[in-house]
Amino acid sequence: MQTEKVIEVKGLTKKFKNLTAVNNLDLNVYRGDVFGFLGPNGAGKSTTIRMLLSLIKPTSGTIKIFDKPLNKNRIEILSKVGAIVEKPDFYLYLTAYKNLEILGKVSGLEVSKNMIMEMLEVVGLKERYNSKVKTFSHGMKQRLGIAQALLHDPELIILDEPTTGLDPQGMKEIRDLISQLSKEQGKTIFLSSHILREVELITNRMIIINRGTTQIEGKVEELLNKEKLSVTFEVGDIQGAIRIIKDSLWAPYFKSKEKNEITFEIDQPQISELNSYLIRNNIEVSAVIPKRSLEEFFLKITEGSEIW
Amino acid sequence: MVTLIGIELSKIFRKWRTYIGFIAIGAIVPIVQIALFYEGDSYINMALRNVKENFVFVGNLMNGYLIGHFILQALYIHIPFLIVLVGGDLLAGEATSGTYRMLITRPISRVSLLTSKYIAGIIYTNMLLLFLAILSVGLSLLIFGDGELLVFRNKIYIFAANDVLWRFVLAYGFATLSLSTVLGLSFLFSSLVENAIGPIVATMAVIIIFVILSALPIEALSAIKPYLFTNYMAEWRSFFTDPIEYGKIYTAAGVLLAHIIGFYLITLFLFTRKDILS
Repeated sequence: MQTEKVIEVKGLTKKFKNLTAVNNLDLNVYRGDVFGFLGPNGAGKSTTIRMLLSLIKPTSGTIKIFDKPLNKNRIEILSKVGAIVEKPDFYLYLTAYKNLEILGKVSGLEVSKNMIMEMLEVVGLKERYNSKVKTFSHGMKQRLGIAQALLHDPELIILDEPTTGLDPQGMKEIRDLISQLSKEQGKTIFLSSHILREVELITNRMIIINRGTTQIEGKVEELLNKEKLSVTFEVGDIQGAIRIIKDSLWAPYFKSKEKNEITFEIDQPQISELNSYLIRNNIEVSAVIPKRSLEEFFLKITEGSEIW
Repeated sequence: MVTLIGIELSKIFRKWRTYIGFIAIGAIVPIVQIALFYEGDSYINMALRNVKENFVFVGNLMNGYLIGHFILQALYIHIPFLIVLVGGDLLAGEATSGTYRMLITRPISRVSLLTSKYIAGIIYTNMLLLFLAILSVGLSLLIFGDGELLVFRNKIYIFAANDVLWRFVLAYGFATLSLSTVLGLSFLFSSLVENAIGPIVATMAVIIIFVILSALPIEALSAIKPYLFTNYMAEWRSFFTDPIEYGKIYTAAGVLLAHIIGFYLITLFLFTRKDILS
């Protein structure tokens, strides 16, 4: 049951002179959600996250976190929120340990060595606790960013592109960590990412925004099931295939063509029917590639499709 | 707040630029002392050339107090350059490094954050000044010994050896106000930009322009001189006159204190409304 709203945003708008970065945005995140926050570059994701963390002030609209207005309860709310905003930056001239110690103390925590070392172990940086951050790779800084976000055991974790710069193994570890935080510790997670597959894998609800406005919001599973499959056929004669399809009942299902590939938006049972139709019309089919990913969905929502 | 100030101080003192001021003072003062150790008599002779024929000066004139006073006068206008290196970086440095985001998303008010930085900056300023005092007066007394202090202004003041130290203490006390004002201005500029170079250059530009305007003997400028804070920064010199004009000192101290508070309040106003985009 999703009853308790952890984040409730209504009519959120942010204008920078002539630019409207976020325009009348509504969104709801419920307790226990792993919430995907998607949108192309410049969609207004980071601006929204900055407003959720009171780094910038909204032009209009309201933000409630833990059922309290952010503008009047900022400190109380932030004591229960951990965050990474864009790339994690630290005091490069200080060690990883010292950085965490400072951020913990600024948060009003009684910071113990064990506490910091445990957190560094969680993100795989225990051995480098005494190294200055200026010697860290981007991926290591990203891990340290996650450590600082978790340091004060927050209820809500806001992660802006948390796997950027990590190698595949590192990305998997972070994804596993997010799942673990959600499932085992009941944390609510607000995840912005440009790696759409990642969002599809680990979030249960999502919103897609574009040009600062909501495009669609809901459960990931339901949103994906609404969509037909995107199926690509590799064919021997692309011009012949197009000619046959154009005059057939399959024409409305055509989506795009590229080199020797022709893509349709169809249901699962239609795949074999279309395959048979092409073969019957002497079109050689060398491969059939069905896709149902958030990436297709995301591209469709944000970019639209080219027809013929 | 004490914890926050401690954190800010630890950040200040882990940066290389912080030590530029200490290294500069630590190098210049001994050089001046060594030079005066060998050439001090000619300096005294030149200063007293007009009165030597009518008066007989006895005792240790080239003493630690004279050196301390000489260094203070000579370096006073240059110390602000060292202060703004740190003051200009206090806020802009966080923006440059991107650490604003980390700090402001913690459960801490912007007021506390700003205040702790301001206080830490003032502590740094006073530590630098204390270092100058210890080197210029303390070390000079060790090298040259004590004696009567000759002060050359529009007339020559001669202060007995036991009548000098308290004047230095009060003069340095006043200097903390002067240099904290400089720190306050650089702090204000630091809140406006995302790179420390701008506040450093802007603060020094303001000080240089104000000093020039204060010094120009043009009647038309006399109306604006009372509004230039630099006009009050050198009032510490009044502690080396007799009788001391406390009225002028209190006025100057009040003006500088008002600037220190004013710069803080303006910075606070701007900072609490600032969108953190870095």
